[in-house]
Amino acid sequence: MGIPNGPRTWAESKKKRIDTLAASAGRSGRGEGAGDGPGGPATGEAGALKGAEGVSLLAAAWRRLRRNAVFLIGAAIVLVFVALAIIAPWIAPHDPAGRILVDQIRPSNPIPQPQPGFPLGGDSSGRDLLSRLLVGARQTLFVGVMATLGGLSGGVLLGTLAGAFGGPIDSLIMRIVDVMLSIPALLMAFTIAAMFAKPTQWTVIMAIAIVQVPIFARLLRGSMLAQRRSDHVLAARALGVKQAPIVIRHMLPNSFGPVIVQATLVIAGAIIDAAALSFLGLGNPDDRSPEWGQMLGKAQEFFNTFPHLAMWPAACIIVVALGFTLMGESLREALDPKSQR
Amino acid sequence: MLGYLIRRILQMLLALGVLSILLFAWLRLLPGGPVSALLGDRGTDEDRANLEAALGLDQPIYVQYLKFMGRIFHGEFGPSTGVRPGYDAMEIFLDRLPATIELSFLAMLIAVSLAIPLGYLAASKRGRLLDNGLIAVSLVGVAIPVFFLAFVLKYYFAVKLGVLPPSGRNSIGIEGTRVTGMFLLDGVLTGEWDVAWDAARHLILPALALATIPFAVIFRITRASVLEVLDEDYVRTARAKGLTSRVLRGRHVLRNALIPVVTTIGLQIGALLSGAVLTERVFNVRGLGQALALGFETRDYTVLQVLVMMAALIYIVVNLIVDLTYAFIDPRVRLG
Amino acid sequence: MGRPQSVPRRTAQAAGEPMLRVEDLSIKFVRRGQEPTIAVDSISFDVQAGQTVGLVGESGCGKSVTALAIMGLLPPRGNRVEGEIHFDGTDLLSLSDKQMRDRRGQELAMVFQDPLSSLNPVVPLGVQVCEVLERHKGMRHGAARRRSAELLDKVGVPDPTRRLDEYPHQLSGGMRQRALIAMALACEPRLLIADEPTTALDVTIQAQILALLKELVTESGTALVMITHDLGVVAGLCDQVNVLYGGRIVERADRFELFARPRHPYTNGLLASIPRLNSPRGQRLKPVPGSVADNIPWQVGCAFSPRCGAASELCRAEAPHLERDEGGAGHEIRCHHPVGRPSESADDARSAQDE
Repeated sequence: MGIPNGPRTWAESKKKRIDTLAASAGRSGRGEGAGDGPGGPATGEAGALKGAEGVSLLAAAWRRLRRNAVFLIGAAIVLVFVALAIIAPWIAPHDPAGRILVDQIRPSNPIPQPQPGFPLGGDSSGRDLLSRLLVGARQTLFVGVMATLGGLSGGVLLGTLAGAFGGPIDSLIMRIVDVMLSIPALLMAFTIAAMFAKPTQWTVIMAIAIVQVPIFARLLRGSMLAQRRSDHVLAARALGVKQAPIVIRHMLPNSFGPVIVQATLVIAGAIIDAAALSFLGLGNPDDRSPEWGQMLGKAQEFFNTFPHLAMWPAACIIVVALGFTLMGESLREALDPKSQR
Repeated sequence: MLGYLIRRILQMLLALGVLSILLFAWLRLLPGGPVSALLGDRGTDEDRANLEAALGLDQPIYVQYLKFMGRIFHGEFGPSTGVRPGYDAMEIFLDRLPATIELSFLAMLIAVSLAIPLGYLAASKRGRLLDNGLIAVSLVGVAIPVFFLAFVLKYYFAVKLGVLPPSGRNSIGIEGTRVTGMFLLDGVLTGEWDVAWDAARHLILPALALATIPFAVIFRITRASVLEVLDEDYVRTARAKGLTSRVLRGRHVLRNALIPVVTTIGLQIGALLSGAVLTERVFNVRGLGQALALGFETRDYTVLQVLVMMAALIYIVVNLIVDLTYAFIDPRVRLG
Repeated sequence: MGRPQSVPRRTAQAAGEPMLRVEDLSIKFVRRGQEPTIAVDSISFDVQAGQTVGLVGESGCGKSVTALAIMGLLPPRGNRVEGEIHFDGTDLLSLSDKQMRDRRGQELAMVFQDPLSSLNPVVPLGVQVCEVLERHKGMRHGAARRRSAELLDKVGVPDPTRRLDEYPHQLSGGMRQRALIAMALACEPRLLIADEPTTALDVTIQAQILALLKELVTESGTALVMITHDLGVVAGLCDQVNVLYGGRIVERADRFELFARPRHPYTNGLLASIPRLNSPRGQRLKPVPGSVADNIPWQVGCAFSPRCGAASELCRAEAPHLERDEGGAGHEIRCHHPVGRPSESADDARSAQDE
């Protein structure tokens, strides 16, 4: 209801266009041959792709990605970030929770300045900013990944059920999804987070995860619906394979690609959203183990006086979010059979 | 057409009804609730009981819901507990609405009027420096937390350079005649140009911050859509006719490419409503977003309920309108 | 032999110089980090005013690319076009974008394969016809609309005035192709290129559209370049036929000659794969074996040799030239071992000819 009908209408008209495109492939001057006539090699190729298992599609995508600069930059950022999340406690110069510089805090000077041994200075509690940034990678990654995994598992479950079985199950699930989509996503995350009087990192993760559920659900449902009528599923059904194995072995693997793409992009969004929650006071108040969004949120009161306190965590968030986005977007392009050129 | 409209409106009402129950139940059933939010950890059990009774929270949940719905039909939504204690939630909504409409409209105007031409430009210069540069800008635009960008704009233009006001909707001493509650529009309508100018100066920074995400998203959809259309056979047909590039661009490329863009614009209204919560807080704009932010902070559930519901209503209605305009843009779409 | 019905109909045309002369046209697809692909390899052919010329071949032989190059519609990026395309004495390849735009739709027009995707789905049919007239004839809206209705009527679209306000999806496939033909012929172009105009249509409609095209070009004296993979289309329509394979012309003859005495094994194979009503019962169709993917580059040898029954070592080592066949008038072939003569003596015949 409401919003979903719009994109659905569009998705449908779009699908039709893609079908006509496929039917007349070979003529469009898109590929190498700029072929003539119908039924050229391109049509056969598209058919083969549809039938192929998702895994081999991933393998093909990987061959293309290895030479894709955008993907490599994104992947490099993500790798550094993940590595940092693992090793940060060992390379951090100081204890991120230790209020080492607390003696320097005066009412006239609430933020310890950069000094030897503390290249970025301290925060408002006198803790070393650099150490907090380094160690913050861990919690940031944790929140991003957990929120994404939560949304993914909920969405994949609902979407698979709806798409694979159809009928009343489908209608019920899609009505739920529609209700969820009728509130702007971030606003819904705020609302869910605000339900808890005492936020923790888990309320933050939950708030962000729930918002992702309808997105994954619709992705999966669409993919399932498209496959229900596709040849390889019909063939499996004709061979007498039961419903559940068909869904698990034949249909889910083919949805793998889009789900990975979406998940990569959602991690970036989740990290940013966590910052927004902190900014509104809906984030995790326990700052013993630092998280960039939380650091950024808490830096707001010093923004006009000590902007560097916000700049550093913001820069980290932006770079990491960009990394995941670049990776996700180039993955999407590589997995799209249409963009094979 | 009429049947379609009726069905869509019924669906909309159903969604809102379910939503109202969910919001009502969740906001009250989950741990914490308004009482602990208001009293915090202090307060004796007696204080709690008194407050619960005063707010009607001691009654069974369905009674509370029925009373709530009954009040809604009488135009009362319940008293605010945190945003503006004592005032009716609906009153707060109506009071705050014009500022947010004005801000969102301006932000969307900025986003659309930049994103569509630039999206077209990027697509027609595909793979060149300009294209890659614009893509980079749009990617960064999505990666920046909105409230951080708002702070940066405020810090640079208002605090450091001092060319624009840092917060609020109008300067002290410049009070225009209220017509619609949108200060810029009011100033223009009444011919009080100083008021209009002052309101515009206050709007620029928050509108820019709010426009980034819709800009980035619309830009990328436009670019992708134009690229796809440029590959279409009918564009080749049009070129085979020797048409001037103006007709080619407007009639054959843009008219088709904008079809998916329209849907995206509708969906981005959601990003505006969410973003307004962050932006209005940074710039202290007394709009819906700021009221929501304050509501989240003070756990003012009565106000939150109403504001979130109304935000959902606005979002749904705007997208219904978008879907209706669809039928005018794309003759292949039959509503029904 | 000869061409009974192709007397030049435009007297203004200077004798001798053909209206369209394609000379050594080569088109390469260039992609970053990849070897250029040769799509068209020094093709030359002429089209006289009012003549109908066929370009025949299977997918990927370069016929559509040639057509797009003549129209100046190849995307500038990723294509390298060499050679000359003379139209009325002007080299089209040397013209600016603007000069080319003035000619397209006015003197050169094209009809495409898939009538549904070739029409703009969100613009009423009338506007799509009118815009050509407004652009090139400077017609005002009302006049253009009246003329558009006449044009639609002429190509056999029933109730044309009402159709002007309809959208492409409201028309049948045959109607759409008729409408596209009306647009192409709106300015009475000197040259019309039809790229597989009937492939996407039902068989019954195909015949109607071909008849319509034939009638229109005969009536208006427009020259027609017919691009097809279907020799059946050529048989009914074309005065002269160029058979393309792997980007080169492998056989050229007028149609009676070609159908009576196909010399190239590829042409022969194409003809053998057409079902005939009078063939004995139980006789199998003989498709050309293999596919374009088997081609070897012309630089190495004859591109068709991997699929050719008559291929010898010579074919794989040395590409044959396009040469005049001593038998028929204007019959040219590119083959070491032409059909219709014992293949053993082919080499002797060649070497004798070379001396």
